[in-house]
Amino acid sequence: MKIGVIKFPGSNCDRDVYDVLKLVGAKPEYIWWNNKDLTDFDGIVIPGGFSYGDYLRAGSIASITPVIDGIKDLIKEEKPVLGICNGAQILGEIGLIPGVFITNENPKFNCEWVDLKINTTRTPFTKDFKKGKTIKIPVAHAEGRFYTEDVDLLKDQDQIVLQFKDKNPNGSIENITSVCDESGYVCAMMPHPERASDDLLGSKDGLKFFKGFI
Amino acid sequence: MTLTQYEKEYIQGILKRDMNLLEEGMLDVMFSEHCSYKSSRPILSLFPSEGENIILGPGDDAGLVSINDKYALAVGMESHNHPSAIEPYGGAGTGVGGILRDIISMGAMPIAILDSIRFGPLEDEKSRYLFEHVVKGISDYGNRVGIPTVGGELEFDESFKANPLVNVMCAGLVEKDKILRAIAPNVGDVFFLMGGTTGRDGIHGVTFASEELTEDSEEDRPAVQVADPFTKKKVLEASLEIFENINVSGCKDLGGGGLTCCISELADSSENGAIIYLNEIPLREEKMTPYEIMLSESQERMVFVLNKEDVKKAHAICEKHEISSSVIGEVKSGNNMIVLDDNTEIANLPTILLADPPSINRPMTPIKLKDKEINLKDPELKDSLLKMISSPNLSSKKWVYKQYDYEVQIRTAVKPGDDAAILKIDDEIAIALSADSNTIHTKLSPYDGGAGSVAESIRNVISCGAKPYAVVDCLNFGNPENPEILWQFQECIKGMSEVARSFNSPVISGNVSFYNETEGIKINPTPACGVIGVLELENIRTMEFKNENDKIVLIGKTYDEINGSEYHRTIHNLEEGLPPKIRVESEVSNGLALLNLISSDDKKAITAVHDCSAGGIAITLAEMALSSDLGFEIDSSKIITEGEMSLNNLLYSETHGRYILTVKSEELENVLNELDVPSSCIGEVKGNSFKVDSKEIIVISDLKNKYNNALEKYMP
Repeated sequence: MKIGVIKFPGSNCDRDVYDVLKLVGAKPEYIWWNNKDLTDFDGIVIPGGFSYGDYLRAGSIASITPVIDGIKDLIKEEKPVLGICNGAQILGEIGLIPGVFITNENPKFNCEWVDLKINTTRTPFTKDFKKGKTIKIPVAHAEGRFYTEDVDLLKDQDQIVLQFKDKNPNGSIENITSVCDESGYVCAMMPHPERASDDLLGSKDGLKFFKGFI
Repeated sequence: MTLTQYEKEYIQGILKRDMNLLEEGMLDVMFSEHCSYKSSRPILSLFPSEGENIILGPGDDAGLVSINDKYALAVGMESHNHPSAIEPYGGAGTGVGGILRDIISMGAMPIAILDSIRFGPLEDEKSRYLFEHVVKGISDYGNRVGIPTVGGELEFDESFKANPLVNVMCAGLVEKDKILRAIAPNVGDVFFLMGGTTGRDGIHGVTFASEELTEDSEEDRPAVQVADPFTKKKVLEASLEIFENINVSGCKDLGGGGLTCCISELADSSENGAIIYLNEIPLREEKMTPYEIMLSESQERMVFVLNKEDVKKAHAICEKHEISSSVIGEVKSGNNMIVLDDNTEIANLPTILLADPPSINRPMTPIKLKDKEINLKDPELKDSLLKMISSPNLSSKKWVYKQYDYEVQIRTAVKPGDDAAILKIDDEIAIALSADSNTIHTKLSPYDGGAGSVAESIRNVISCGAKPYAVVDCLNFGNPENPEILWQFQECIKGMSEVARSFNSPVISGNVSFYNETEGIKINPTPACGVIGVLELENIRTMEFKNENDKIVLIGKTYDEINGSEYHRTIHNLEEGLPPKIRVESEVSNGLALLNLISSDDKKAITAVHDCSAGGIAITLAEMALSSDLGFEIDSSKIITEGEMSLNNLLYSETHGRYILTVKSEELENVLNELDVPSSCIGEVKGNSFKVDSKEIIVISDLKNKYNNALEKYMP
């Protein structure tokens, strides 16, 4: 499976995601932001970081680059697309997932390990989990507070993927920290599954998200 | 201008003519304390700098230490004190930026940042402002470039009120055959400048750093450079791509002293000359004078020394990453650095004059150290414990480190808050990094304080299971023109050297920051010591209690050494008397005994380790309990002591060379038998409270509440 890892100027989790994709047996390849034709790829990860320095608003400039057109074409073919952290913010900016990620309740950058609840297993990334299972993955962001005016719709359409379990570190509405589009193939998540890929580093719970591509 | 009359005459004697204004500016910067180390160089030579794992000692942008067959670690440490006092956000950010560039210049990928920061007490509004914005500056910069900030230290003391300290340590990973140096060995190669453009910011930044701060220093705000982490990230990515694809013959970043410093040092280290085409330098502002261009300290700039044939490829890489690049000069034979404006020669100076100014043997006067019998009324143990653990100097630093992305690059095995940070290198080994300094001890006895600061940082690394390999430092002192300050500096370095030498951990890189005085108020002298250790993954140990009934073992003798302690500062607001002595022999034998124990611990009998330092046995045990949810009970009569002392002195004494470990109860006898240094079982992990001599002092959860909310009480 050839999985594209998108690189914007300012991306900084691209190498980590690349390494973990390799670890689970996928064939990762970097894609520079000005590539439009992604037809060769079986799936895409938009990794975390600070694309274009996040100077205007997190993800806003990345959302209007040529590579986004390529991603939209893949989505039409129901290829899996995973946006992590800054990648999630970018998917929110484009409107490929419902809702947006805004500045944390306490606006400081916040890096910590959190417990998450798997709310749906219908996405490729959560299909190997049991619904309701608790997993441990770290977050690291200043603009990750999920907001939507239509929580009930998301519930009805089973689009809530992950929720904070005991502690909500950023003020997200209904503890939501990951959502998917209606198809379930496009998923945005603020926590970093690639950072939970080794027991030595704290947990291996993130590996299944990447195995979902295979 | 800070050139002295003697220096001006010295320069004239070599040039046999007067300097022009541009040349005077260039020399002024290069002769500044910050660039030339003119006061400190003769003393710094006391440091041991060579050893079996050392690839490169001091002199280049960073030191290099071998960590296995394949990799070396490039490590450096830098201060950004003066800029941070004036503009904390930008000053701290560019401090991180500067040390990152130093590491990249060695051909390495930065993998970890540690920061040692010091402020006035948090009751003071200005100190809170500085603290908040320094942390934000480090956070915004490190996070955006994608380098994890994994550790460091934090101190609040009256002496740092007007002169905060911001020291940043960075480690980078480089394959041994891809190491780069700051050299320009081939005549005909070009100087390829890339990254940020050159503007008017930071002109005379180093001169500003080489004077005392005054009330008027606020007006020097333009001497503080502007931080631009997004450009730095692009510079990093483009540099890595250039290293990968082009045979680079030398590399150096532009920091203090700007182009003048960078080009003259590159050429001088290869005994070559250099020519600079002023008109080829990409500028950010209009009508900049040659003086401004050659002295600008604009950030995020690097110079690569390249073969002419590779220039096109290098330009293409920079274009891809959307950063400017230009060939700004050439390596020439001869010994001079020449600056051309169009075709007019506007400066012509020997590179050696720029890069190697004469050192100064300034006078020194010993300070009389004051031993003193101090008799104080000790509060109840419970009261002192609560006050200590909720003091910002000993409480949890989570408010700080959760603002740092300490996970990016997925290597961080032991997270901030433990003795040292552990970063995984491959499936076999990891490195341990720690930064530490005891400023009260150093004030009261510079020799013991300097020695103790290195010892404590080494103990941190050993506690995590790692063998210390090398030391880096950032030496923050007052005005070296004061003979007592310079004596303090020399004594401190003698002490540091003794411990570093005894652990076979040479000092491979460092930074000196003098003039940390503001209108007569001197900082407590601060030798921030970074230590690099290496360990096998299976030897990683952490500080938190693991299992009920594990036995608690204390390694090392305890002396009645309470003067200069955290206990005195926090409880009695006192920094007097002689601090704990360094006893190098037992320091080394205790440390090595523990390392041997861990490396042969096939049964995993050692379940937790924590070094004993600020706050003594009481705080060490409290921290081990607080990072778990388990309590403990000790019998104070089991502590091996030298002489009689009160219970508070026994539990808060800061005698060096001690470690506390927990051991599986069934292995206790074997472990004690194996330890051939003074050690005893003093208690066990048990229940949920802090218990001494069968008396419950306090429940751990009550202590935790204080510990976890101390900084938060002051900071939003």
